[in-house]
Amino acid sequence: MNAIEVHDLVKRFGSKTVVDHVSMSVAEGEIVGFLGPNGSGKTTTIRIMCGLLTPDEGSGKVLGYDLRTESLRIKREVGYMTQKFSFYEDLTIAENLEFVARLYGLRPVGRHVADTLEDLGLTSRRDQLAGTLSGGWKQRLALAACIMHKPKLLLLDEPTAGVDPKARREFWDEIHSLARGGLTVLVSTHYMDEAERCHRISYISYGKMLASGTVDEVIENAGLTTFVVTGPDLSEVAAFLEGKPGVAQVAPFGTTLHIVGSDKAKLEATLDELRGREGVKVTQGETSLEDVFIQFMAGSKDNMA
Amino acid sequence: MSGSTISTIFSFRRLGALLMKEFIQMRRDRITFAMMLGVPLMQLLLFGYAINNDPKGLPAALVATSNDRFTRAMVSALQVTDYYRFDHVVQSAAEAEALMASGEVLFVVTIPSDFSRRVERGDYPTLLIEADATDPSAASGAISTLSTVASQALLREQGMQAEAKQNANDQLQVVVHRRYNPEGISQYNIVPGLLGVILQMTMVMMTSMALTRETERGTMENLLAMPASPTEIMLGKVLPYLVVGAVQVAVVLTASKLLFSVPFMGSLPLLLSAVLAFVLALVLLGYTISTMARTQMQAMQLTFFFFLPSILLSGFMFPYRGMPGWAQTFGEVLPLTHFLRIIRAVMLKGADFQAIAVEVAALIIFIFAFAGLALLRFRRTLD
Repeated sequence: MNAIEVHDLVKRFGSKTVVDHVSMSVAEGEIVGFLGPNGSGKTTTIRIMCGLLTPDEGSGKVLGYDLRTESLRIKREVGYMTQKFSFYEDLTIAENLEFVARLYGLRPVGRHVADTLEDLGLTSRRDQLAGTLSGGWKQRLALAACIMHKPKLLLLDEPTAGVDPKARREFWDEIHSLARGGLTVLVSTHYMDEAERCHRISYISYGKMLASGTVDEVIENAGLTTFVVTGPDLSEVAAFLEGKPGVAQVAPFGTTLHIVGSDKAKLEATLDELRGREGVKVTQGETSLEDVFIQFMAGSKDNMA
Repeated sequence: MSGSTISTIFSFRRLGALLMKEFIQMRRDRITFAMMLGVPLMQLLLFGYAINNDPKGLPAALVATSNDRFTRAMVSALQVTDYYRFDHVVQSAAEAEALMASGEVLFVVTIPSDFSRRVERGDYPTLLIEADATDPSAASGAISTLSTVASQALLREQGMQAEAKQNANDQLQVVVHRRYNPEGISQYNIVPGLLGVILQMTMVMMTSMALTRETERGTMENLLAMPASPTEIMLGKVLPYLVVGAVQVAVVLTASKLLFSVPFMGSLPLLLSAVLAFVLALVLLGYTISTMARTQMQAMQLTFFFFLPSILLSGFMFPYRGMPGWAQTFGEVLPLTHFLRIIRAVMLKGADFQAIAVEVAALIIFIFAFAGLALLRFRRTLD
């Protein structure tokens, strides 16, 4: 049984279609990255899956429970970490955890809270108000609170936004160790390195699912060719190439220039024009996930405009 | 999964979790907490001492050209009523007119120069009293006592005590008993009413923020994602305010006894049961508002939308029976109207349950109506 199995989900707010026929299946124990630009419908899709929003169309099952009729059961077995810190800032760390433990009917409450505090390394700060924690600690507290009831599916909405690299690394180590224990994770993110830490990724743009698969599959299916240009006066070269046939993206990377296009023949013809420039070298490069996403974003028209 | 052992509809453990959370938050919010106790005390002191429906010692001007004994008798008789306080004695009508226009005086009493001549001649003497009736209630008491006071004083001064008595016997005798409040003390009416108004204001306002605060702080999303049912959330939000209400009731009732010596004729348990019903209706009304409002600002505005009619049409400020029929009907749908009838009946008249049963029933209808409406309106999702 797949942890998530949803088909053709549609959600409209007024005349805007925020989620447009999105289908998704996630196997148990899998970590799936959910990517897409701001306002692409990631949060809305996640909220539908944990029963916080009712889809206008489409159906599906989460943890074997029907999305429309069994949302209370889904809520009890899903851990949802919101984008914005949504625990009580005027309650202490321990009081927040006690509240969550009681709502999920965990017993004994004291034992669960103490264990969670211990795992977090927050035992000494248990009586500190949650509102006084730094961003990184708030995120750790939120994660701890939503896995306390041992959910089978974890939905994380941009969990690492505004968190320093070390805390992010630790966060992901935690996620992977949870997944090894059989937990399924759907995590939305903007970071490419985080996407590469997922087993599979799904890319959504303006409510439409554009690509799904492993990172390599997504890159390969995009069908992009990338050349790397080195040499002097790269900014002049960039200006020269911009808008030429076959050139989709010109992006400076340190002392190099990445030229990306979907039509390899046209792109090569254009790059031939660079020959003869002194010191300018063109070599074939690896297409990165970021190149692919930039291409997706350029290709999908904003239906909100 | 232990999930199957816990009901999805209602669990005391979950309600307990919500209640505990609310109490902690309430305790930490010092200013709000202080307001819950400070507001009733402040209002009670302010309104209890300030509001008077039967004002006395009102400033008046006397226009008298002569200073004979009848004039003096008349002036002292008016002063003895306590309604008039002659701050100004002027010579001309124009001066008096200016005093009234500027608001210096509320009354101008003019005793014409031929007043004593007419009295001695046995003619009908006239006395002119001009009242500033921009506020009718301020002037009414003073005016109503006037004709009796004046004629009695005149007869006495003429040495005609016997005639005065005779005169009174000849005429139709009207006996007025001011029941339940023989001295007509405004505070006996105002102070019990204030309990209702104070509860109405604080209970509805506090609970109307209940859900909007969660929404504005972003904690609603999390609360909805966790397994708490709408009934549990509603009770978790409103029950803590019953405790706050209980404290306010204790404060107001104690003060009404100690500071204002308002008599308490009826049964305290009966009154407290009625108060409980009233407070429940109020917190549920507040909660209903909070299911409709999206922001705390909107909640505040909706609260005031209920608050003003409650004060003006419930009979707290103005006599309920004096309002036109449609306004009385409107007043019936305000919980405060029914509560005022109950508390005044129990405290001042010593009414028993029989006498207030209809009003209590009305409050209970409000409880169920508001609870039902709130549960219908509650958005279990973020749609």
